[in-house]
Amino acid sequence: MSLEERRAKARHIRHLLETEGRAIRENTTVFNEDRYEVSESFDGYEGLRSRARRIKEDAIDRLPELIDRLRESVEANGGELYVADDAADANRYIEAVVDGEDADTVVKSKSMTTEELDVNDHLEAAGVDVWETDLGEFVLQVADESPSHLVGPSLHRSQEDVARLFNERFDPDEPFETAEELTAFARDYLGARIRSADVGMTGANFVLADSGTITLVTNEGNARKTAVTPNTHIAVAGVEKVIPSADELQPFIELIAKAATGQPISQYVTMLTPPVDSPTIDFSRPTEPLGSGDDDRAFHLVLVDNGRMAMRDDDHLEETLYCIRCGACANSCANFQHVGGHAFGGETYTGGIATGWEAGVHGQDSAATFNDFCTGCSRCADACPVKIDIPWINTVVRDRINHESDGAAFDFLVEGLTPDAEPGGLDVQKRLFGNFGTLARVGSATAPLSNRLAELGAVRSAMERFFGVDARRDLPTFERETFADWFDARESPDNDGREVVVYPDAYTNYVLVNRGKAAVRVLEALGAQVELATPQESGRAPLSQGMIRTATRRASAVSADLTTYIDDGFDVVVIEPSDLAAFRREYGKLLDEETHERLAGNSYDVMEYVYGLLNTGADAGVLAEPSEPLAYHSHCQQRTIGVETYTEAVLTDLGFDLLTSDVECCGMAGSFGYKSEYYELSMDVGSDLEAQFADATDRTLVASGTSCTEQLGDLFERDVVHPVELIAPE
Amino acid sequence: MATGTIGAFEQSLTDVGVELTRATPATFSETLASVVDEPAVGTPLGFDGVSLKDTPVTTELTPRDLTEAQTGVTPIGRAIAQYGTLVVESNAAGNEPVSLYPPTHVGVVRESDVIEDVTEAMPKLAEQFSDGGSVVFATGASATGDMGALVKGVHGPKTVRVVLVEGL
Repeated sequence: MSLEERRAKARHIRHLLETEGRAIRENTTVFNEDRYEVSESFDGYEGLRSRARRIKEDAIDRLPELIDRLRESVEANGGELYVADDAADANRYIEAVVDGEDADTVVKSKSMTTEELDVNDHLEAAGVDVWETDLGEFVLQVADESPSHLVGPSLHRSQEDVARLFNERFDPDEPFETAEELTAFARDYLGARIRSADVGMTGANFVLADSGTITLVTNEGNARKTAVTPNTHIAVAGVEKVIPSADELQPFIELIAKAATGQPISQYVTMLTPPVDSPTIDFSRPTEPLGSGDDDRAFHLVLVDNGRMAMRDDDHLEETLYCIRCGACANSCANFQHVGGHAFGGETYTGGIATGWEAGVHGQDSAATFNDFCTGCSRCADACPVKIDIPWINTVVRDRINHESDGAAFDFLVEGLTPDAEPGGLDVQKRLFGNFGTLARVGSATAPLSNRLAELGAVRSAMERFFGVDARRDLPTFERETFADWFDARESPDNDGREVVVYPDAYTNYVLVNRGKAAVRVLEALGAQVELATPQESGRAPLSQGMIRTATRRASAVSADLTTYIDDGFDVVVIEPSDLAAFRREYGKLLDEETHERLAGNSYDVMEYVYGLLNTGADAGVLAEPSEPLAYHSHCQQRTIGVETYTEAVLTDLGFDLLTSDVECCGMAGSFGYKSEYYELSMDVGSDLEAQFADATDRTLVASGTSCTEQLGDLFERDVVHPVELIAPE
Repeated sequence: MATGTIGAFEQSLTDVGVELTRATPATFSETLASVVDEPAVGTPLGFDGVSLKDTPVTTELTPRDLTEAQTGVTPIGRAIAQYGTLVVESNAAGNEPVSLYPPTHVGVVRESDVIEDVTEAMPKLAEQFSDGGSVVFATGASATGDMGALVKGVHGPKTVRVVLVEGL
């Protein structure tokens, strides 16, 4: 990306932060908080997620067979099933059905798959009136906008926005002001259109192969009306929506609303086996009995492939097909919460899992427009009701984009000179951040000169120009004496406790050296025999830039080193949470299963390990006394692997006064906050954390992760320490 | 029927803003009349011991009746205590439009049809689907947040009431 492109992107983000940011933030934050609340209060939520996941794995695996079965069911019921190869094919079929009914008006309930097809444009071009009956979709139709969210397509608009829009468009006698007035107007306006429509078009959240039943999940009731009022019903769904039978439906009924909006269940879960038994309703003959017309009900189910069958054959994109379109990934995404779907872009889908959808249905170029918004914070992985590894899909797509970028003529030279395993055409910004390990080693070896040089205005403006490193960010200060130098120069006490190898990650070894020293002091004070592993970068940095080959190389080296210790009975202690998360999560994609399991199973967060020692007889009295009150922000990836609770438990048990944050991510997220195109978004996301600690002026700021430490430092201009530094004896 | 299940149902209905009124077969007609806003339309209940015969509810339905009715009364196949969900079974008599078009829906629930959770509802649903049946899980009033604040009464009813018939 050029300097100009970065600036244009920053301008676009700034504009959306100002115009849509507030409404998006309020809406997504409420959905997200309510999801936590409802999922925590529902027994068996995790069990439902696992079951839903298994059902989807099986259904996608057997998809061709299920579609055959579904065809038999739909036809036996008296309906038609059409499997459309692509959008044009689907639109052609739908137009033929509408044409065959001599239809002038089609009413629709919300369907993202029909957005993917652009079916409205297609039908309107053929002279058919199309009305969206979901109020959010109706707002978009009036505004001529694209959806900004999977579930709440217009949630970037506030009540005032909608009132202004409707007052301009419909010019009512009394201007609309309240949500009640707007809703009443839309209900009446659309109600009239539903009553006179010739065809009703819906989506389908789940389709049952055994019976031909479709399930629609809504709150407004418009899908019910759309499906049963006109005699002809067309349901449009992606092929991935098919599950075997009613036996598999229960977990989805219970999960979808909880994950989507934090409701225990949505207002209406409509399960129709069309053509339905409900009497036909002919509003043009208002005094004739219901069902008295001579028209029968007709039903067409259009299953859309549009790239999905190819996704099924793609080892990395296949998981996307498990998606139930709940939007929880977007709601839990700190960047999305602040800037919304219109910043992310994407032809139809936006935010979170949208990378997989856009890469699969519209192609990589569409996914490339927003893929970099994913910081890999991984909070969506926890939020997803079918446990899709969304950060990994984002990483894979990023890697593919890296590999398809135009290579320059002298790429072979670049490839020979860089310390990574990536092709020459890779964006220089990505290459810079992806090679942090090398950068840190050189920076430390040449410190303090490297630090002074990096502070020079001319150097910073060159870094911004060539690498897109924002000049407003403080750069890490490299230490001349590394953590490993310090460790080698000292004598270890004569302990006889557990054997521990500390992994000196690139940040701890070259930048945040004090937390490494503190970790060693604490472990030794608690009786452990401590050794230091080889200092080398874990692969987290290249992985965050989509440099999978380089990350794999690093992961192999780190695991080769650490498993020799594990073979000798050592436990591995990790200080940087993003690296422990890599060992436990992403290494599963980079290494063979056995190596991954051994490393993941024997590695611990330093405070998790301290918790274990203290609870198996170690004397807490040897640790530092609790001092000042604390404001603690745990790391996003640390929370995804569920180990932040140990830090909180240890500090609380030792008697510290602890205030904890509950924002999803600090906004720094590795390199993200350094990138000039994202700096302002990063700071805006950080403002949530700033607000939570605004009154904590007397509290020491504490963070587990390097990025969070840097972000808190920039937000508050105060020192930030790692939890282990608080408990380390002198 | 465990009283615990009925208690849970009552609590869930309160949570979703649905008013429950108890009746016995003997008091049913009177009780129903007290929770219905006229004009009212309905579908035959199909329950032994109670019917809409001596109530202000008409079961002869036209499109105009549907749009002019203030209340729609339908039988409820089963009710799910955990969520306060009413299982509306589509039929040729028009349970679906009658529960959907008027601004108030009154669901008549037999005490013995209250079940604990969704899992318990599934075997019968599977049978209904394989016979070509359609059902709606309806929980509370229709609602939207799309106009900037939560509003009840969108395309479906604004008010939902339950008449629980004891002893059936």
